[in-house]
Amino acid sequence: MSVDGWVTIFAFAAILTLTALPLGRYLAAVYAGERTFLDPLLRAPERALYRLLRVDPQQGQDWRAYARSLLLFSLAGWVLLYLLLRTQRLWDFTGLNPEGFHSAPWSVTFNTVSSYLTNTNWQYYAGERTLSYFSQMAGLTVQNFLSAAVGIAVAVALIRGIAARSRTDLGNFWQDVVRTVLWVLLPISLVGAIVLISQGVIDNFSHYLTARGLTGLTQRIAMGPVASQEVIKLLGTNGGGFFNTNSAHPFENPTGFSNLVEMWLVLAIPAALIFAYGRMVRSPRQGYAIYATVMGMFLGAAIVAYVAEAHGSPAQHAVGLHTAAYVGSSGGNMEGKEQRFGIAGSALFDVVTTVTSCGAVNSALESFTGIGGAVPFADLSASEVIFGGVGSGLYSILLYVILAVFIGGLMVGRTPEYLGKKLGAQEIKLTALGLLITPLAALVASALAVATRAGRASIDTAIAGHSSPQAFSESLYAYLSQANNNGSAFAGYSGFVQPLAGNLGSHGIVFADLLGGLVMLFARYAPILFVLAIAGSLAGKRPSPAGLGTMRTDNPTFAVLLIGVIVLVGALTFFPALLLGPVAQGLTSHLYS
Amino acid sequence: MRSLARELWSAVIAILAFTLLLGIAYPLVVEGIGQLAFPGNANGQQVRSHGRLIGSKLIGQDFALPRPSARGGALELVPDPRYFQTRPSGTTPPDNAAASSFADYGPNSTVTRAALRANIAAYIRLNGPYYPGGLTPAEVPVDAADTSASGLDPDISLANARIQAYRVAAVRHLPLARVMRLIGRFTGGRGLGFSGEPAVNVLELNLALDHLQAGDGRSPSATRRGAERGAREAPARGGGGGGR
Repeated sequence: MSVDGWVTIFAFAAILTLTALPLGRYLAAVYAGERTFLDPLLRAPERALYRLLRVDPQQGQDWRAYARSLLLFSLAGWVLLYLLLRTQRLWDFTGLNPEGFHSAPWSVTFNTVSSYLTNTNWQYYAGERTLSYFSQMAGLTVQNFLSAAVGIAVAVALIRGIAARSRTDLGNFWQDVVRTVLWVLLPISLVGAIVLISQGVIDNFSHYLTARGLTGLTQRIAMGPVASQEVIKLLGTNGGGFFNTNSAHPFENPTGFSNLVEMWLVLAIPAALIFAYGRMVRSPRQGYAIYATVMGMFLGAAIVAYVAEAHGSPAQHAVGLHTAAYVGSSGGNMEGKEQRFGIAGSALFDVVTTVTSCGAVNSALESFTGIGGAVPFADLSASEVIFGGVGSGLYSILLYVILAVFIGGLMVGRTPEYLGKKLGAQEIKLTALGLLITPLAALVASALAVATRAGRASIDTAIAGHSSPQAFSESLYAYLSQANNNGSAFAGYSGFVQPLAGNLGSHGIVFADLLGGLVMLFARYAPILFVLAIAGSLAGKRPSPAGLGTMRTDNPTFAVLLIGVIVLVGALTFFPALLLGPVAQGLTSHLYS
Repeated sequence: MRSLARELWSAVIAILAFTLLLGIAYPLVVEGIGQLAFPGNANGQQVRSHGRLIGSKLIGQDFALPRPSARGGALELVPDPRYFQTRPSGTTPPDNAAASSFADYGPNSTVTRAALRANIAAYIRLNGPYYPGGLTPAEVPVDAADTSASGLDPDISLANARIQAYRVAAVRHLPLARVMRLIGRFTGGRGLGFSGEPAVNVLELNLALDHLQAGDGRSPSATRRGAERGAREAPARGGGGGGR
């Protein structure tokens, strides 16, 4: 551990908080339809889009109409992306497939498309060996934007439902998506992409380079339009890397500074949305309380991961390596980490991307120590509410808030009410269902994956050993990650066998591809429907003024209750499974073969 | 509620319009700005010498020589002692920048232990004879034993570079202080003063060493002409790609 490491963690938290406050004000203005500084530039293209889509943005939608628009939009996106990826060679005329890559097998494409639509970006493939530049741009980049926009739209709809006084509609889905893309995602992406290029992220349409090194060896170097996709991969908490090694690749994340920028991009919108929420329900303190709750849990996760990784791994100690930091060496578990990021930059990045639904990595999660690797597990077990994905993080934590209010109400013996709205049996049922869907999908799929022969075919025993806790960890993490729409992975669980670059002779492992794809779709859209239903139900209720006995939801007591509920639900659901994998691994210095 | 057909129309048109805007126009704009404002970065910080592409400043490479295997048959690669060596790589072959990949070594695995042992032994075999008092595993910096994440790490730690400096100085008949000074010149600092670790760029360092010995001490990136002269006069290397 080093001073710089600690400074990295706390300075990052401070920078994030200070920038999220004004960004939150901006977001609140955008979704309330108030004037912003970008209006003169964007009003005209906005109107043109509405005319093209033949929608009236003023027409409010109830939750059913909102959900129908969302599902149709997602369906159209799914079909188009599937067609684009399956016809990769058809687009060679654009000149954007310099390596002549073929399409991946259908099952892998099914998994990939479901993955990008649901903001998961789970990847069974290696980008630079599989995808043309055209597929990366016109296919994946587009869904990086749109899946993020859909997540934010759902969160905004829920906020409107909670905040509603006289209106009963949830706003207009098309307007929310268009404004999210034009006012939020596109401007930040343009600026962010230029900043990343200034650090060394590449952006070109060249052929792969062939270099001859100083000792005469040839080296082929993959190229591509990376920066434009990199920035939205992070900003939209998508996480699907242009290259196989994601943000560990020097062309995706070239410097210590770019590492900081990338972490900020991941958390910027999820953090700002919390503040925007407070403003939109006319009580900024509600936002501060939630922010303090998740920031506390975030810092806890980052500290545990940093200490564990700085300590080094059992394998390192077994061979006599000196893992303490000294002048000129970061020390610690540098296995699967890049020199320019060091221990703190790697541990913090992976906490940032697993608490959100981003799932990008700048180091190899499977090489993290047992405890360091358990942190991502714990983050996922908390159902992605510690900041969470763009939009999805906020609507998920609001479900926990409703649950905490309900439990608190039971304790004090009063009808639970949140921001003046009484929570009835209907809302609590929907909340419980919304919260249990994800663990249900994750655990059932993991069980299927380890209990069936077809599922075990995906476990790489060369990495984990045959009967080691890590073999179980890999499977559990795969479905936990896909069910939470995260997309990070403990490598070693594979659904794609690709002997050569370009997909000739490759085949998918159909069981893992299909199970994963279905889990992602189910665990994304089912909770969205529950959330919209809750929003619709709350929108119709008339708020009553707070009285003396009303439980406050904007003070430290409630924050503690909220943490308790989140930890309790996560622990009760996942503890048995976690004991078998990462905890067993972290408690032993035994090496498995 | 609007009819299903009208909603479907909106959905299809929306997805097509967004594909044009976000999938075609936006990447083209970013590419255009990148190529105008930062052409070097946008194209991967290519390092050229005498018109020949040597590599990328950001991508680690394997500074190894092909040598007939002792067991006969195929050529094997051995580290070139004149050059600083990059970190262990998990790609096949090492530092394959067309197929980046993690090494996937778990923390509790005997496979990892074996890999670490092999990396440490190779490092000590290469550098131990030149290091005052020899090297023990405890003295091997973690970044020299542990595999990098991308398999393409262009950097090594300062501790790692300082140990290798003894070998490089001895093999090249250079004063140690001179090599140490060069290391300092190619060491990147932390972002904003705290983010990340100091890192020594191995390709730039090795290229500068070649130029130094070719009688041109200027930085390779500072002057193209110097770089070209340096490459022309650099010592013979590696049998031109190793023959067949």
